[in-house]
Amino acid sequence: MPVITGRQGGRSDGPAVKVENLTYIYSPGTPFEFAALEEISLEIMAGELYAVAGATGSGKSTLVQHFNGLLKPSAGRVSVLGLDTADRRVRSSLWREVGLVFQQPEQQVFAETIFDEVAFGPKNMGLSAQEVEERVCESLTRSGLNPAEVRDISPFALSGGQRRRVAIAGVLAMRPQVLVMDEPTAGLDPSGRRAVFDIIEGLRRERGVTVILVTHDMEEVARVATRMAVLCRGRLLKEGEPREVFTCLSEIREAGLDLPAAAAMMRALSEAGKPVRTDILTLDEAVEEIAGMIRK
Amino acid sequence: MLSSIVFGQFIPGESLLHRLDPRTKIGIVLAGSWIALAAVNWQGFSLTFACVAAGILGSGFKSAIFYRVLKPFWLILALTFLLQVFLTPGNPLFFLAGLRITAEGLAAGGQIFFRLVTLIIVAALLTLTTPPIKLTAGLEAIFAPLRKLGLPAHEIAMMMSIALRFVPTLFIEAQLLVKAQRSRGAGMAGGFLARAGYLLPLLVPLFAKVIRRAEELGEAMEARCYRPDANRSRLFSLVFGRADYITLGVSAVSLLAALFFRS
Repeated sequence: MPVITGRQGGRSDGPAVKVENLTYIYSPGTPFEFAALEEISLEIMAGELYAVAGATGSGKSTLVQHFNGLLKPSAGRVSVLGLDTADRRVRSSLWREVGLVFQQPEQQVFAETIFDEVAFGPKNMGLSAQEVEERVCESLTRSGLNPAEVRDISPFALSGGQRRRVAIAGVLAMRPQVLVMDEPTAGLDPSGRRAVFDIIEGLRRERGVTVILVTHDMEEVARVATRMAVLCRGRLLKEGEPREVFTCLSEIREAGLDLPAAAAMMRALSEAGKPVRTDILTLDEAVEEIAGMIRK
Repeated sequence: MLSSIVFGQFIPGESLLHRLDPRTKIGIVLAGSWIALAAVNWQGFSLTFACVAAGILGSGFKSAIFYRVLKPFWLILALTFLLQVFLTPGNPLFFLAGLRITAEGLAAGGQIFFRLVTLIIVAALLTLTTPPIKLTAGLEAIFAPLRKLGLPAHEIAMMMSIALRFVPTLFIEAQLLVKAQRSRGAGMAGGFLARAGYLLPLLVPLFAKVIRRAEELGEAMEARCYRPDANRSRLFSLVFGRADYITLGVSAVSLLAALFFRS
């Protein structure tokens, strides 16, 4: 059995995820046959914060479910941490290395206590009781909850936002090398959103975790992503650094997305004949660029 | 992975069965089930087989769809078959792993297997070709005369249509939960019993969702002033056409033949 070994401890060279000509077809051979992904190729480097952007139904969730072995490519290849997911044994052990936080994970909790909920993954990994205990405490703390306070209460006693933190902690407790989060901030209030990004930042800084963020919030992408892919109806429309992708307005619009506010403003200024750069991501950059223009 | 065609799902189409009145189709489901259950000899089983084949042809679906419909039932089908084979007394034919296999057992097992498969396919023919809203209209029309006897026909039809409507939705949600819990290692190791233990992580959130959904649906219905006893009109009125009379006639003749073969 190909055991996945060697946490190189932080950023290593080479792709964490490599996708080559991936096609995925739902319900082949039935009237519901539907190609959710067509000929997708991309590489996600270890230690990146990679955003997968696209409108609803563009295939984002289908794509990331290939990364932890839940789906098997209909055609093409997906390799994760150097292992080909066409191999059934690789697929069935990949959950140990690639954590996947689904949409609205708070709706997937089941256990009687928060401790049991978070311990579910580590226990399935076959860890010792002491190790499980340690990981539960660490991941609850990382998610902004006090383990001593919450461990014995029911997750159903918490608010939706708090319960989402518990669900995220349940994935973090497996200490994945690659963390995939499917719209982790959808429906959260601003402080909840900030909390999610604090978790992501911490994981990247302290453990060099590769994070793959599925989202249709372009402000988020502009703020945090190192690179991004834009999906549209199952096809890869654009890939690259956000700064460069956001200069391609027509592709962004075609994908059913929009520019981040700062980029949209700079583009409007540029179209009005002002001599400004349009590859601007954040408000601060925009302020600087406009100030520079005025000073000239 | 779980297949994506669910028992109770409607697949749009233009076939003969799709075009029939829902009352006709409910009628032929009843006739078909009766024919299958009444069959005791080769004439009866041939007739049942002919009826099912006619139904499948009339639905215009490829037979692969019916394998998918039957797939979730394989355990129940296999169990009933084996129990009949092993537990029916009679003349031993041969021995298998110390168990006596009798000719009577094989015959009984085969019959019950055939009947169950027929019943599942016949029921699936109805739901595959009838959108839930028409199915409900048909049921309500059939039950309407019983209203005078105090039977809440509309309420029963409404409950059935809600249940049918949510089967695919719940199935999709269950699939998502399977994926979410598998991503945390549920069901990835251990034997059958260990896997059975992983039902809890699926059932608890699924029930939580069902209850929330039921509450929301109730509120939405109330917000639109739903009252079961209000006499509302229908978007689709049910009309019998020539095809309906012919189909019902053929079904009635087949049913009479089945009862005749039995006697």
